Amino acid sequence: MDPKTYKFDTLSLHAGYQPDKNGGSRQVPIYQTTSYLFDDVDHAAALFNLERGGHIYSRISNPTVGVLEERVAALEGGTAAIATSSGMAAIFLAIMTLCESGDHIVASSQVYGGTANLLRLTLPKFGINTTFVKPRDTEGFKKAIQKNTKCIFGELLGNPGNELMNMPEVADIAHNAGLPLMIDSTYQTPYLCKPFDFGADIVVHSLTKWMAGHGSSMAGIIVEGGKFNWMQNDKFPSLTKEYEGYHGLSFAEEFGPVAFTMKARAEGMRDFGPCLSPQNAWNVMQGIETLSVRMEKHCSNAEKMVEYLLAHESVAWVSHPSAPDHPDYELAKKILPKGRGSMIAFGIKGGKEAGTAFINNVKLASHLANVGDTRTLVIHPASATHSQMDEATLKFAGLSQDMIRLSVGIEDIDDIKNDFEDGFRAAKKPMLVANK
Amino acid sequence: MKFNVNNEEVFASTGGRPFDKNKPLIIFIHGSGLTHMCWVLQTRYFAFHGYSVLALDLPGHGLSGGKSLTSVEEMADWINDVIDAVGFNQTSLVGHSQGCLVALECASRYPNKIKTLSLMGGAGAIPMNPELLALAENSDPKAVDLMMDFAHGPSGHFGGHPVPGLYHLNTGSMLVQSKEIKDTLGVDFRACENYTNGFEAAKKLDLPTLSILADKDRMCRLKDGKKLADHIKGSDVHVIKNCGHMMLLEEADQTLAILKRFILDKYPIT
Ligand SMILES: Cc1ncc(COP(=O)(O)O)c(C=O)c1O
Repeated sequence: MDPKTYKFDTLSLHAGYQPDKNGGSRQVPIYQTTSYLFDDVDHAAALFNLERGGHIYSRISNPTVGVLEERVAALEGGTAAIATSSGMAAIFLAIMTLCESGDHIVASSQVYGGTANLLRLTLPKFGINTTFVKPRDTEGFKKAIQKNTKCIFGELLGNPGNELMNMPEVADIAHNAGLPLMIDSTYQTPYLCKPFDFGADIVVHSLTKWMAGHGSSMAGIIVEGGKFNWMQNDKFPSLTKEYEGYHGLSFAEEFGPVAFTMKARAEGMRDFGPCLSPQNAWNVMQGIETLSVRMEKHCSNAEKMVEYLLAHESVAWVSHPSAPDHPDYELAKKILPKGRGSMIAFGIKGGKEAGTAFINNVKLASHLANVGDTRTLVIHPASATHSQMDEATLKFAGLSQDMIRLSVGIEDIDDIKNDFEDGFRAAKKPMLVANK
Repeated sequence: MKFNVNNEEVFASTGGRPFDKNKPLIIFIHGSGLTHMCWVLQTRYFAFHGYSVLALDLPGHGLSGGKSLTSVEEMADWINDVIDAVGFNQTSLVGHSQGCLVALECASRYPNKIKTLSLMGGAGAIPMNPELLALAENSDPKAVDLMMDFAHGPSGHFGGHPVPGLYHLNTGSMLVQSKEIKDTLGVDFRACENYTNGFEAAKKLDLPTLSILADKDRMCRLKDGKKLADHIKGSDVHVIKNCGHMMLLEEADQTLAILKRFILDKYPIT
């Protein structure tokens, strides 16, 4: 006897949506509205008191956005989700739902530049400080925990150096200290890894990337695992004690495995307002429909590019967990069995100058500040995404002057390689000039 | 709210309002392996509309202390102890699934205290599939997956939770797994399997009784729910369409509307 609940590929097309409750519309309708009629005064009060489920105002929730939320929760194996206007909005909302002024975060040092900035410079303005730890320094996470620490935050495959965090071990460290582990799983998507299976408690995504895939829409999401017991200690009073903003509600008591999401919506969505537009939610869902097939192609193209780059005379080094010499090769096999993602970092011989020439001479690969598009993307982080960092900070974040970050698309692999050949040829020229 | 019953700490949600001894009491009894949280879309309404509400965590479940009770009869007596412990001499009972068996048995044992009975997804007996019972008694998480499968109707399997952003199957699964499976679900399933007094208890009842059933219920089938209702004098039966066993969440608004009409009529605020 086996459960006949729907599996991943089916959920990516169907989860969260009931056509019979939407006039039989096969596609999810776009509810392009700000607000919703109340049946009567009693209904209005019931919605505001969380007596009944439903929508009030699209800053708080929207039926189209709601389908996306359920769909991603289903795909991640989470209890609930809350979608936001961007990935950064999701990270900010998640942290503000957990932390108060005076609190502390332990974070991986290899995180997306915007996240690094938020943690390093912006959150201290709200009295929330962060200690950074290198992603492979598992013990370092333990040592960095303070009395006022409220969570451990990391990206699984650190951006952009591809250093893999040992999620199961870091999760144990967090749980032994009574803390939740928050993972930005943008690079993996639930197709490659479901962080809840490895001990994560909260997952955030920039849906702008692989989840949507098409590079047309900004979106983010927070997903709740539902396992973390907020009442095990007194670190999270805003979740466990009576909350003044909601008739003395204790989110943890009343909502248990969905407490975090309920609070993020009732407080953060209401007060900060980082809501996702229904049109963008719908756009993202068009992408999620093909998540599995796209991710398969992303990963197989990435592995072919790794082979190609490893054999290339113009390449100094290649970092991707599918390369046998990658320090996290074994761990990646365990955590990312279906594929190691499509982000490759490589060093070009000839350093910064060669890197610039390469970027300027590829034509198919797009030079831009995004990752996870269906199209192949390239960037030189030291001069773009991480340009605010000085040499030492750059090094601590795992970056170097010769590094090119490649987000492998799903084009024909031969076309990508041919394009790179043009780039490498151009990159050699300044080297020849310099060597004369 | 936490209070003591038989020297064990008991947790009950009061529906977001302070517990008030001067308002009529409604006690909500959850099903196998679950907790007070399954009732959130019914309890808060009554708490905000003049009733005192206790959505209990049975002993050993959710936030309550102690060990799980091993028979429906013990659970029925325990409900009576709860009523005494909070200083009431009468109450309405609302049960779901196994909670229906408990409420039924309790109403037949303590006719003077129980004023109305509301049964959701109930039956006169809930014999267990032996494989499912064995999995639950061995703490195999597959028991929870099977339960989530059986407990949700075709629509519920897709999602469509009334509260935006919540996903039925995983929320239910986490609720059941908040404690060791064999100590909650395993013990509860065995108690259901062993309980045989349902129809006898039903025949003894003489109080307003409501049955809310669902046409796609695969845990307690519609025909079994109707059979139980046939044994209860003057029972008021409602069938929710295209809905599974978890009608209190899958079709929370419809369930609440039916329950509201019944309670306000048969157990009004005086
Ligand atoms: C890993 C990661 N997290 C978060 C973000 C921020 O997401 P967004 O651009 O949607 O705000 C990005 C990219 O920008 C990212 O790569």
